[in-house]
Amino acid sequence: MATSPRVIVVGGGLAGLAAVIKIAEKGGNVDLFSVVPVKRSHSVCAQGGINAAKNLKGEGDTTWQHFDDTVYGGDFLANQPPIKDMCEAAPGIIDLLDRMGVPFNRTPEGLLDFRRFGGTLYHRTAFAGATTGQQLLYALDEQVRRYESEGKVKKYEHWEFLSAVLDSNKVCRGICAMDLRSMEVRTFPADAVIMATGGIGAIFGRSTNSVVCTGSAQSALYQQGCYYANGEFIQVHPTCIPGEDKLRLMSESARGEGGRVWVPKTPGDKRDAKSIPTSERWYFLEEWYPKYGNLVPRDVATRAIHKVVYEHNLGIDGKPMVYLDVTHIDRKTLDRKLEGILEIYEKFVGDDPRDTPMKIFPGMHYTMGGLWVDFTQATNIPGIYAAGECEYQYHGANRLGANSLVSCIFGGFVAGPTAVNYARNLKAAPGNGYFDAERKRQEENNATLMKSDGTENPFRLWRELGDLMTKNCTVIRYNKNLQETDAELCKLLERFQHINLSDRSQWANTSVVFARQLYNMLQLARVITQGAKMRDESRGAHYKPEFPERDDKNWLKTTKATFAPDADEPKFEFEPVDISLIPPRPRRYDAVK
Amino acid sequence: MANSKTVVFKIKRQPTPDAKPHWEEFELPWHSGMNVISSLMEIAANPVTRDGKATTPITYDSNCLEEVCGSCAMLINGRARMACSALVDKLEQPIRLEPFSKFPVVRDLAVDRSVLFEDLKAVKAWVPIDGSYDLGPGPRISMQEQEAAYPLSRCISCCCCMEVCPQFNQDTGFVGAAAISQVRLFNNHPTGAALKRERLAALMEEGGIQECGYAQNCVEICPKDIPLTRSIAEVGGQVMKQAIGDLFRK
Repeated sequence: MATSPRVIVVGGGLAGLAAVIKIAEKGGNVDLFSVVPVKRSHSVCAQGGINAAKNLKGEGDTTWQHFDDTVYGGDFLANQPPIKDMCEAAPGIIDLLDRMGVPFNRTPEGLLDFRRFGGTLYHRTAFAGATTGQQLLYALDEQVRRYESEGKVKKYEHWEFLSAVLDSNKVCRGICAMDLRSMEVRTFPADAVIMATGGIGAIFGRSTNSVVCTGSAQSALYQQGCYYANGEFIQVHPTCIPGEDKLRLMSESARGEGGRVWVPKTPGDKRDAKSIPTSERWYFLEEWYPKYGNLVPRDVATRAIHKVVYEHNLGIDGKPMVYLDVTHIDRKTLDRKLEGILEIYEKFVGDDPRDTPMKIFPGMHYTMGGLWVDFTQATNIPGIYAAGECEYQYHGANRLGANSLVSCIFGGFVAGPTAVNYARNLKAAPGNGYFDAERKRQEENNATLMKSDGTENPFRLWRELGDLMTKNCTVIRYNKNLQETDAELCKLLERFQHINLSDRSQWANTSVVFARQLYNMLQLARVITQGAKMRDESRGAHYKPEFPERDDKNWLKTTKATFAPDADEPKFEFEPVDISLIPPRPRRYDAVK
Repeated sequence: MANSKTVVFKIKRQPTPDAKPHWEEFELPWHSGMNVISSLMEIAANPVTRDGKATTPITYDSNCLEEVCGSCAMLINGRARMACSALVDKLEQPIRLEPFSKFPVVRDLAVDRSVLFEDLKAVKAWVPIDGSYDLGPGPRISMQEQEAAYPLSRCISCCCCMEVCPQFNQDTGFVGAAAISQVRLFNNHPTGAALKRERLAALMEEGGIQECGYAQNCVEICPKDIPLTRSIAEVGGQVMKQAIGDLFRK
């Protein structure tokens, strides 16, 4: 239809900005929505690096090997063709980022340096110190700022996505959003919409995710008819710093550079870590997984730490913690390659990890599941696309470290041009009354919340939600607990009807915004919980002691949840996985694959 | 035995940009590992002042909580810093929280810092690449060059350096250290150098680098230890050289 299509991108992390760049380059106009200034998006938290089989270390690495590691790491749950495309595009993406000025670490010859990461035996991870996500996001942010100054991109920062605007044929015609300062609710027409709204960590209360990672936007779309796929696959990162307000990530790159995980062999050993001789330390990952050692995939390392702490009762000082030790690596190397993360430990814990082994424990980190998309990043609602962590496509049952940054950028690079092509061929909408209708619906939602005078505080309900989900829907899952969790979620949804906002002002009211997010979190939590309940097998990050094996006969399939508005709950269907390129084989990191 | 130790906060509240600010006090039970953000979260879950009056949750900016997104900058006991890394045990009580004083207040502790993003546009803080398609690797860069660029590229746009700069005010319109340091970063990049002339020209305009009074507050306050004064000196030299060159070209 339009010669210069208008595309809305929601979310300004790596995936969103990658899409924006491609759209602007193709001559489209972009309205970019973000709850925070895009430079402050959660992508900045990614630390260790970005994978691409550049084979610059003479190891014979190939894009096929990267593809195989990713499929195998994901326990064969992901559709294979898009992963193959991503792995083939990855070296070119690294080159592009390099040209944009990302200060990647270098070799003495001035080439890109690469380090090892979990789930592979190759040096495949390019990195900029230990703040790679920050550096990548800044590079894309700078390119988008350039397009902004040329008038091709208009930013709506401090705006929250509320819903899609759908016409009478259920085709997306724009979005409804709220200004987080003036609280104005407005609709914005667009020929296509790309969602790049990131993770859902807030559903688990404390996680490694940023405050904005609530999954609210994905949940709103799920409630409007989008499929949500593989929601039950939640990655728990083995090495986090437990904290009051969040679990701070201690990157896998610490192990990639030689960091070792251990516990004292004697339960309740009170000695200072450094005074415990090597012979009295148990390097359990190295013992159990001699080939991959400390660099087994995250789900494997997380379960091993749980086992050591809860079954062997060997947590440090009897507490749920193990050592992550980099003190044997020389200070100069540590500062050159890991400074960013060591600084986080130093600032937030108070010990210098160059001298003292770090105390860490697993924490909720990433959702492999997300909005269902096809190989062109299109959701099932015409006109809505998705890229980045908010969609489900690239990581199967478990994501390999340093694959998230590449999947975000690749997903954005696919979604941008597809959305532009779709927009160019879009037929005119039947009428436009649905814009007003959607705005009114959302304004009424706000008004109801403002008037609600029950007794429940939304922030306290949220803590209950987080505790419940962390306890029952992370590392180890039992059907009985999952059943009870879903019942508890129903109770929380009921209690949500009786909340009381302690703030009823019409300016920068964070309570009303949070309450809306909380409702969406609760709805999505049910998708995660019920999906986990149904899947009677263990695969990747999803582990049920009652069903400890992977069951390809019954469960080599994608979970797809749709919202049933009348029943106010998810309905499930399943879809076969495209395994056309690599036949499934058992996933065993204790042996050579 | 219940721990009766508490933490007292004095927080400057301002419901709207035009309203008169006032102070509220909060008393929270102490526990180990508290920081300013976790305390603000606790207040949101129980918004009651120290004298038992119901109030509203505090509005503030925050996101990553690991001092890498730059959101949660505020004045804590009078000092410009990030709230997430402000550990309660290391702060003198009562802990005073105020919004930045040199940026328009949105509400409570949240301020509008969009001026920095506008400045980054004005100085063209980007590498002008030909396009996002695959054009092969970028220029070779030595380890030394990377090690010089990386610290500059860790600027989180928190605006602490601007808040503490005596020259950063309405009268001078001074651009501040953060944007100048970005000019150094991009001028030193082999491809970024293509826009060096335009960047330096932007810094010669009103509110440009000449407004710096060398107070050095910026470099002392920067949470990321960016060598800001060195950036200002180096870019100042580049500006001078270009200005003299321009004089002779006329």
